[in-house]
Formats: sequence, C-alpha cells, structure tokens
Amino acid sequence: MPQRNAILGASPIRKEGRAKVLGAAQYTDDLALPDMWHGATVRSTVARGYIRNITFAHEVNWDEFCIVRASDIPGKNVIVHLMQDHPCLANGYVNHPDEPILLIAHPEKAALLRALKNIHIDYDELPGVFTIEESEAAVKALVEKNDDSRIIWPTPKADYEGGPNCFKTYEMYSGDAEKTETGLEAAFETADFIVEGEYATGAQEQLYIENNGVIAECFYTQQGEVESVCVRGSMQCPFYLVHALTLVFGLPDDKCRVIQVETGGAFGGKEDFPSVIGSHAALLAMKSKHPVKIIYDRAEDMAGTTKRHPSRTRHRTAVRKDGTLLGGTIEVTLDGGAYATLSSTVLSRATIHASGPYKWPHLRVRSKAMATNLPPHGAFRGFGAPQSLFGVERHMDRIAHTLGLTPEEVRRKNFLGTGDTTATGQPLVDKVDMQHMLTRALNEAGYHEKVARFAEENKHSLIKRGVGFAAFMHGTGFTGSGERRLNSLVYLDVLEDGLPQILVSSTEFGQGTNTILSQVAAQTLNLPYEDIRLAQPDTSVVPNSGPTVASRTAMIVGKLVERASLQMLETLRLQVHLPADHTREEFIAAAKAYRAQYGTLRASARYEPPAPIFWDDEKYRGDAYPGYAWAVYVAEVAVDMRTYMATCTRFDALQEVGKVMHPVLAKGQVEGGVAQGIGYALYEKCVWKDGHLANNQMTNYIMPTSADLPPIHVHFEEVPSIHGPMGAKGIGELPMDGPAPAIMNAIENATGISFCTIPLLPEDIFERVQSLGHPHGGTEDLDPSVDRDTRVEEVSA
Amino acid sequence: MHSDVTQFDLAAPPSLQAVLKQLAAEPGKHAPIAGGTEMMVALGAGRLQQRSLLSIQHLRELRFIRVEDRLLHIGSGTTFTDIRRSAEIAKHLPLLVQSASWTGSVANQNRGTIGGNICNASPAADTPPALLAYGATVTLVSASGERTMRYVDFHLGYKKTALRPDELLHSIHVPLVFGDHRQYIRKVGTRNAQAISKIALAAVAKVEEQRLADVRLGAASLTDRPVRCSATEAVLSGASLASDALEETIRLARAALAGETHAIDDIRSTARYRGAVAGNLLEEFLRSLAG
Repeated sequence: MPQRNAILGASPIRKEGRAKVLGAAQYTDDLALPDMWHGATVRSTVARGYIRNITFAHEVNWDEFCIVRASDIPGKNVIVHLMQDHPCLANGYVNHPDEPILLIAHPEKAALLRALKNIHIDYDELPGVFTIEESEAAVKALVEKNDDSRIIWPTPKADYEGGPNCFKTYEMYSGDAEKTETGLEAAFETADFIVEGEYATGAQEQLYIENNGVIAECFYTQQGEVESVCVRGSMQCPFYLVHALTLVFGLPDDKCRVIQVETGGAFGGKEDFPSVIGSHAALLAMKSKHPVKIIYDRAEDMAGTTKRHPSRTRHRTAVRKDGTLLGGTIEVTLDGGAYATLSSTVLSRATIHASGPYKWPHLRVRSKAMATNLPPHGAFRGFGAPQSLFGVERHMDRIAHTLGLTPEEVRRKNFLGTGDTTATGQPLVDKVDMQHMLTRALNEAGYHEKVARFAEENKHSLIKRGVGFAAFMHGTGFTGSGERRLNSLVYLDVLEDGLPQILVSSTEFGQGTNTILSQVAAQTLNLPYEDIRLAQPDTSVVPNSGPTVASRTAMIVGKLVERASLQMLETLRLQVHLPADHTREEFIAAAKAYRAQYGTLRASARYEPPAPIFWDDEKYRGDAYPGYAWAVYVAEVAVDMRTYMATCTRFDALQEVGKVMHPVLAKGQVEGGVAQGIGYALYEKCVWKDGHLANNQMTNYIMPTSADLPPIHVHFEEVPSIHGPMGAKGIGELPMDGPAPAIMNAIENATGISFCTIPLLPEDIFERVQSLGHPHGGTEDLDPSVDRDTRVEEVSA
Repeated sequence: MHSDVTQFDLAAPPSLQAVLKQLAAEPGKHAPIAGGTEMMVALGAGRLQQRSLLSIQHLRELRFIRVEDRLLHIGSGTTFTDIRRSAEIAKHLPLLVQSASWTGSVANQNRGTIGGNICNASPAADTPPALLAYGATVTLVSASGERTMRYVDFHLGYKKTALRPDELLHSIHVPLVFGDHRQYIRKVGTRNAQAISKIALAAVAKVEEQRLADVRLGAASLTDRPVRCSATEAVLSGASLASDALEETIRLARAALAGETHAIDDIRSTARYRGAVAGNLLEEFLRSLAG
C-alpha cells in the first residue's frame, strides 16, 4: 500500500489551530452585520414573585429603543428543552433571580447601559427555596399541612410527572424489582456491617473563555410577515436552537437557520443555554427589523446562565467483613434550579453511574431532581456522573475504613469484570480489567510507598500529606435508546477539486471535533489529513448529526464518518474503478471522473448500532450505553495545618478509552479536565445570595491557576470497541468524574478526617479541625486510622 | 463592560507640577490614575465614581528606586515589576520583593504601582504589611508643598487615608537597618496566584541571647485597614524564645494578636478563619526564630 500511514493515533496540527494562534479566528463578537443593533436583557432582581409594575424613567428617550416583552412573542413563550415549562421571557411571574423579563436593543451598545439603569420593576415577592433541603421541606409542608406557599414548580400548575417541586424521579433496580427488594432485605439482615454515608457536591460554573453571544437576523415576506430567522453564534448544538426557534416563532424547521461560529469553550454551558440567548436576539431582530447582537459580559454570563447541578447522595450498604458488597440502596438528589431544562437527563446519568464500577448482588437506586429558585442548572462536562461517582467513591473508602480494610482491598473484592453485568443489567462483553487498571495506576503514582512514608512523616509535620484514588467508568454517547432516537446523519461530499468535505452538525469548541473527524476520514479514505475539510455547521447546509455532547462526537459521529468514507470508496471503486490501494492522485482523478459523470458525489451514513443495544425505558434496565470508558485516578495532597489549605501535589490519571485518536489532544483533554476537577473539589464555590450568584466575577469565583495545579501524569490503555471508529470510545468526561473523590480520599488519608462535601475550602477544613478540638491545628489526635464520621450499625449475630 | 467610556474624561498632564496644579485648582474633581489595575476593574464593573481621570503613569519623576542617607527611596510610580527586579530592594528589603511578586499577574505587575497599591488603601493590599513592618515613611506632595509622615499613620480607616484631594503620594522611604533582623512574610490568599489576601503577615525581629527585640509586625485583612500589630509587638518585646519559655511566649503573643484582630466575614473568608490563621502565622514566625 502506498500510504496506509496511521493518521488516527497520530497528532496532526489542529484544523483550526493556525487561525486561533494567529488571532485570525473570528468569534461572534468579532463579527458585525450591516445596520446591526445591540441587545441587552432586563433581568429579575428577586428570586420569586409577581411583577407588579414596570416603569421606564423619562430620562431616556425610549423611542430610540426596541423593547421586546413576552407579549411580542409570535409563537409560544417557551424555551423548549425536554419540557415546555421554561418561559422565554417572564410574563407576570418570576421564578429565579436574573430571569429575563424584557429585551432592549439600540444601535449604540453604550446606550443600553443607561437604559438598563432606568427601567424599574416592582414585585410582590413570594418566599423562595434555595436548597434541596428547603425544596423537600416545602413538599413536606404541602403534604402535612396543605401549605403550598413554597411550591415553586410546576408553574403554571401543569401535570408533569415529578410532582410538586420535583422535575423527575427514577427508580432503578439491579434486577427484577420485587426480587431485588427481597434480596436487599436478606442482605441487610445477614450483613456483618451496614455502612451509611451522605455526600454532597456544589454548583460549578463552566467558565468557558468566551462568554455566551449570538447575532440574529429576521427576514420578512413582502406582506410584512416574519418569513424566517437566522442566528449565528457560540454554541455546541445548532439543531437544539433550531428547535427552540421553531416554537418561539411558530416557524417550520427550514425557516429557522442556525450557524455555529468559532466557539471559545463550552463544557456543556453552550448546550442548552444558546436556546435562550438565541431566541432573545431573534425576537429583538424581529421587532427592531435590524440584525441584533447580544454578547453577555462575564458578570452577566456567570449570574444568568447554567451551572452544574448541586447534589446529595445517600448510601446504605450491606457488606461482609471481607469487603464483599451484599446489597445497597442509593438515593441521588439533584438541585435542578427553577426550570426543568435538561435536569431529567442529567439525573438519568447520575442514576446509572451511581453504582460505580462494582458488582452489586442487589441494588436499588432512587433519584430525583428538585426545583429551587436558582437560575436553572444545566449541562456541564460529566452531566450528573461526577455527582453520583463522588458519592460511591467516597463511600468505598468509608466502607474500607469501617471494615479495617484498605481502600484497595474493598474495591478489588467488588470490581466488575469481563462477562459481568452492570447494575442496569448490561453484560460487559468487551474486555474490562479494573484489577489491572488499579495495579497500574497505583504503581504509576507510587501509591503504596507513599502511604507508608507519609504516615511516618505526618507525625512530625504540620503539612499532612496523603494519597487517595477513585475507580470509575463513564458511558459514552446518549443513554439507552437515546442514540436511536437521535437518528444521526452525516454527509461526506467530494468538491470540485476532487477532495472531500465532511458535513456534520457536530461542533468544534476547543475540544478537537474538526481534527478527529478529519483524522477518521483521512485514515479511512487513505488521503492526507490536510486534504479533509469540514463545512461550517450551518443547519441549512449540514445534516443533523446530533448534539455535540457526551463524547458522542468521537464514538458515534466518528463511526458515521468512517462508514460514510467507506461508502464513498465503495462507490468510487464500483462506478469509476478507483484501484484498491489508491494514491491521492488516483482518488482525485476518480472523484473528478465521478463528478463529471454524475454531477455530485455525496456519501451519507445514518446511525444504526453496530451491535444490538437493548434498553427498557420503563424499567430503566438494559444496555445503558454502547460502551464505557474505565479509569483509575490517583491524587496526592498536602494539607497545611497552619492555613488549613489542601493542595493537590501530584495527579495520575489512567484511563481505558478504546483507541486514543489524537494523543496530544487526548492528553490535553485529561489535563484540562483534571484541573477542572481539582477546582470542583477544592476551589470553586458558588456563593448564592437569595438565589443570586454573589461571586459572579473571576476575582471571587476562585478557579485554580497554573500555580495551584500539580504535575498531571496521563496514562492510557486501549481496548477497542466495535461502536467507535477504529475502536475509540469517549474521553472528555472522565477527568471531571475522578478528581474530586480521589482528592477527598487523599485528604482523609492525610488528616484522618473524612470530608464528604465539596467544594472543600480552607474555611471548611478549619471549622472541622476546630470542632475536633485542635485550637492550634496541631498534630495531636489526627490519627489517620481513626474515622470520626462513619455511622456504623454493627449487626448483632 | 458596565460603564460607558464616553462618559469619562482622561487627561495626561505633561509633568508632576501640571498634575498638582490641576488637582489644586479643582480639588476632588479629578482622580489620579497610574497603572489602572484597580480602577479599570471598577470601570468594567460600573462602579468607578470619578468621571475625570488624570493619568500619572507616564511621570518619570515618580518612578525611581535609590539609596540615599541610609534610606531606600521608592517613587510612588514604581511598578511591582520594578520592585521585583531591583537588586537594591532585594538586598535590603526582601519582604517587599516577596509581596510585590504576589500581586495579580505579570501583566498587572507591569502596570500596577506601589503608590496605587497604597493609595487604593485596601485592607487586603499586598505591599503594606511589609512596609509597615519595615517602619516606612511616606512623602505627600501638592502644589503648595510637601509633607512626610509615618506610613503607619497614613491609613485612617476602611479605604480612608491621610491624602488630601489636592495631594499625590510622591515616595516611600525605608530605613536600611534590617541587616541583623530575622524576617518573615506569608500571604494566605484564595489561591496561589491572582488572589486577594484572606490574611497576610509580615514580621521582622532581632534575636539577642534567645530574647526578642525590635519586633515589628504588619498585617493585611486583620482589621479595616493595613495595620501594625503594636499590642502584640509590645508583648513580644524582650520575650524569651528559650525552650522552657517558648510555649508561653507563643500563647501570650497569640492572645495579644487576637485582641487586636478585628477581621470580618466576607466573600473571601470568615472572621474566625482569619483570626486563627493570623495566630498560626505568628506562631510559625516565632517557632522559626527559636528553631
């Protein structure tokens, strides 16, 4: 073969890298359309209440402004995600602070500032709920006292399945429900130990570098009716915005065009939210009859857009004294914020990942997403899994300490392996070797030597060092029947020059979509990487290859690009006799010959599972994901007992990802994700004041800097999956899942104190140390072998 | 951006005299701006009150570091980077170099000035604790003359200073008498870089025959302004570091420091944490002297 060189698995330069490095890449705020106006959003200043009055002060000449109210919306006043509970603009009632009420636009951006200061809104305030516990208490008050004063959802009272203040619930059993209940009863009856624990995680801001921003246009018929709208902007999922626009404007799909432009980071924060800002800009364009640009600044973006769902996970586990899990119950609760948005799917992933990579003879997971008067929480890297994996991976250490075993022994007793079935009943057909993964990760990190050494050194030092780890998995792609429902489609064209172009709605936002899809096409078509082009994601041009989320771009869309490429080769071989081991020149010649004969050349591939996937949505059982990536992460920490500051001092991340498509990007994904995970664990705290994010600036929302981050050692294993191109599975979520539990486990190893809530700030460590009676943060009594937090029921024989 | 920049005036008078003249002519109307690392943040957040800004960034007469009469003189327009690069300051005032390295990013340090850091008068500012411990004096200038005062008297309250509306901070002076002193400084911020202090402590002291002498302590975020911890200094003056007395010395010092601590709860930390960590830092300093 002339050039069957490995393009997949090499690290070619990123497709859009040159433009980004040279500053030539054009982001939304770099663009301007002729006669474009600028838009801004008038937001609620209270968490919950009725809008009594809106006053426009006479200091401003309002004739110059375009003002959009809920009553201007031509279609439905709704931002559709999975339900239709989320208003596009608050109409008489607000359910969270910073909720959009009015939109204004003006030719001069600076004029908007003064206008915003001169719009005054009065409210009849209602009491709000701001935590899971307050939301639950409100439901209790309803049930017990018929007091509905803090039932904040659904509004208006619609018949959604979760019930008052609850967006969604799941109940998942490791087998037949009744048999599992019986099994659980027996397990708790016969267990040597029953270990309980409660684990909580906080909200987290995605903190993409480029804030949310869009430019919208509206086109009219000669009769003056809205004919179509077009929105371009920073986003992950152009077709989600198309869907939202069709409802807001009452227009068909093909009249709502969406174009993704260069996007400066997303992390899930531009999955659901562009539907809001995109609809807003389009409404202003409709009413002002000008293109309208809306760009949030950092403060508005942080206060007004989605965060990661805060969570609480409760475990109750029956174990044998040798560490074998006999059965368990897990309750996962998410804080969804004021509207349902994507909470039900985030909850689904939290539910499925709650069991961790373990064999549970009997397991029941109950989960729910509660409503609070916070701005709606949304998608963020990991999508529910970091929350419930934090619970199970802290709990495994707790079980170990209770039993007097090492964290390693407990996990080794219970790891899933090849041929086992997961908690949803999915048989693990592909090779899974967590025993080996754990051995390798601990060796790479020097774990055993450090455990012994730190235990000695800590006795004489105010810097307590420790190591800890987390073992976990992450399912790639949409859950269960999700991929079948998405029904994704990709095109591969050959252009006039005889070279191919990929058409997908999968977007590049820094993570490498353009590059890896080009690698797949180049490898499969046997062409140089440089020859592959991608069409700009413009919904009037590209097919719907689904949203750019959940690592499905690598596995699912990558596989479709591979199939389309194979189909193109087959067409060229059959129709214009492209030789089997073709050169680049032969490909071009064949492609041109085909075009000369048939006009165009387009290959397409639509999703179908390469192997059967069974999923029962009713019982929540079956093949939850086409494939899982597996990982063991090891954290080393130092806790300074003078400042109570915990620092991660080394990190080892080992993951099995099927096939590493681009080693440089893959390593970058893991390093960046681990940094984000360290932030989640130790730094990034959302300070809510009556539902408003009080620290909505980068100076007081504390994200770790390079000076706070340790050396991150990234290690890979490859066990190819039939579902991905050349075996690839997902990478992107893993580094968000593992760091927080690994770090908390390491802190317990260092200090002997079990912390179960993140973010864990120095003030939290300080208060805990104080409560244990060490006024000076001294070394006495901080014996790592003593666990002061575990509630243990020792079952009498 | 929450400010409309068209609503602001910015002028750059050619000389210090011209700036002072303008400040004197319309006292309170103009705000001097040097590196702008604080004021531009306020502008972006829409909370910059002054509408007329006078740039002093280009004034070479305010940007100097020189040794004269056993004093180190630092012009108020000296940047953090200037301080970090100065061999003279590194030799005589290592705590100041250390504190200058804490501030913001390299870009902030290239623009931000020591004068701005002092006049902005944040209780959490990075360089004041070292300057307080070193017993600095400051010279203020106006069109009508100049005056020199102890730096410890410069801060009058929360974001309140002795500076009159017609005055500029001209220079800072530190006596070069610390060759025999033991020196300590530590900042506890929200993170290791680009962070604002939760608490910081600068300390210098002499140790003579296991006894403390000439103890000077400067702290950030301990009270509503950068502060010298004089009650604690008094307790420590002449105190013993001998092994049989050290624990008692530490106990008394911590108690004295707690007595002059008036920390607050804010978005960065809690009063309880600040108080306890200040004590821990002081203890760390004292143990390092004994060890």
